[in-house]
Amino acid sequence: MLKSLLILATFIAASSVVAPAQASVRVESANLQGPRSLPEETGRAAIRDYLQSWQSLSAAFDQNRASLLDPEFVGIARDKLTETIQQQTALGIRTHYTDSAHDIQIVFFSPEGLSIELLDTVEYDVQVIDRNRVKTTQHVRAKYLIIVTPAELRWRVRVFQAEPE
Amino acid sequence: MKARLTLVLGGLAVAIAQMSCAQDEQMLLPKTVEAGSAFSIQSTGSGKATLYIVGLGQVLKRDVQLGETAFFPAESLISAGHYLVVLAGTSSTQNGSFDVLPTGKPANLSFLAKPSRLPVGLRGGITGAVYVFDDYRNLIAAPAQVSFELSNPTGPVQKRLVMTRNGAAWTVMDSTAQQGIDKFVARVDDVYSTRVVAQVPGDPCGLKMNAQQSGQQVRLVTDPVRDCSGNAIPDGTVVTFTEKYNGVQSTVDEPLKNGIAEVEMSAHTGATFSVASGIVMGNQIRWEK
Repeated sequence: MLKSLLILATFIAASSVVAPAQASVRVESANLQGPRSLPEETGRAAIRDYLQSWQSLSAAFDQNRASLLDPEFVGIARDKLTETIQQQTALGIRTHYTDSAHDIQIVFFSPEGLSIELLDTVEYDVQVIDRNRVKTTQHVRAKYLIIVTPAELRWRVRVFQAEPE
Repeated sequence: MKARLTLVLGGLAVAIAQMSCAQDEQMLLPKTVEAGSAFSIQSTGSGKATLYIVGLGQVLKRDVQLGETAFFPAESLISAGHYLVVLAGTSSTQNGSFDVLPTGKPANLSFLAKPSRLPVGLRGGITGAVYVFDDYRNLIAAPAQVSFELSNPTGPVQKRLVMTRNGAAWTVMDSTAQQGIDKFVARVDDVYSTRVVAQVPGDPCGLKMNAQQSGQQVRLVTDPVRDCSGNAIPDGTVVTFTEKYNGVQSTVDEPLKNGIAEVEMSAHTGATFSVASGIVMGNQIRWEK
């Protein structure tokens, strides 16, 4: 499974030539809890969809358009991110998030198959823009805890929360 | 040449002065803040500045006076995550960061139990998974003990204690021998969530019919149909009666009524009657009258 997930990482890195961000992706072997084994294809799809969610997030926060979150986020994650974008709009702020590296591990596949939990140590740059003036650009390394759940065509991010490393 | 050198050295001196000024101006930040708690940020220097606290879960902006302490009352930050702090003054900008942590007190459980309906006596047939959240919908990643209990009105309670890892815990339970409505409860401290699991009879067990003459027909009647644990198979379950005679096969599907199925078929001496329900075969009778 690790081998194929690393292939996925290579694919994502290669395909990012046309994408705005060029994040490097490392997928660690799964350290699963739960009675079910995770099918290889399922793990690949969950990680692929999660990584795509960073593109939506970046665009939504940069343009202050919460609707851009809809395809990739659902539930608590979408509610919280939407509220933050509304706060940004009210304060006249924009933020630009550019992810540069992901180190991902799958840690939980729920017994009924309806959720997957990931840990991702992400490196990203955040630019804070207030009324079109860049106030700061900072490089961040943070550990994220992510829960994805299946929708009709893809896995969607339901919980998206940074934890202290 | 001399004038240019003076200009360069002068610029360098100003830059060094600004840098030392920036180093002097340090914010005093908490390293972590519990979600919903009050906190403060202390700045140094003088003059006006704008303080930004920026995260994916919340954004705050406030005008502050450098050298004073900015107080943030309870519930200013409720969304767990990593936050950048930017203090933008007229001449310099200071940066920092801190983490907002979930409260330690569970307030909500996201509890998924599967299936909602299953046959009795199935080992490992019921699964439950829980995610633990605080009052602000933050996932509590710190370990917490989850108690899973499966109970029905008549049988013993099955109980499992599981510690969460990364906010998640799971368990597997057996369905009991008695049909009925079971309560499946997940509990952390005084917070609980209940799901209902319907346990229905399993496949018929020891399916048996009797035959007797009824005019020109044979009347076939099953014994009350039960599963292997003695639970009555529900009415409406289809029972299939088959007659084979001289290479011809006739089949009649009959739903259970009041726990039994009955049918009348042609009485041919030498005919063989059999009964089945789903994949479960019952007895055979050879008609000799």
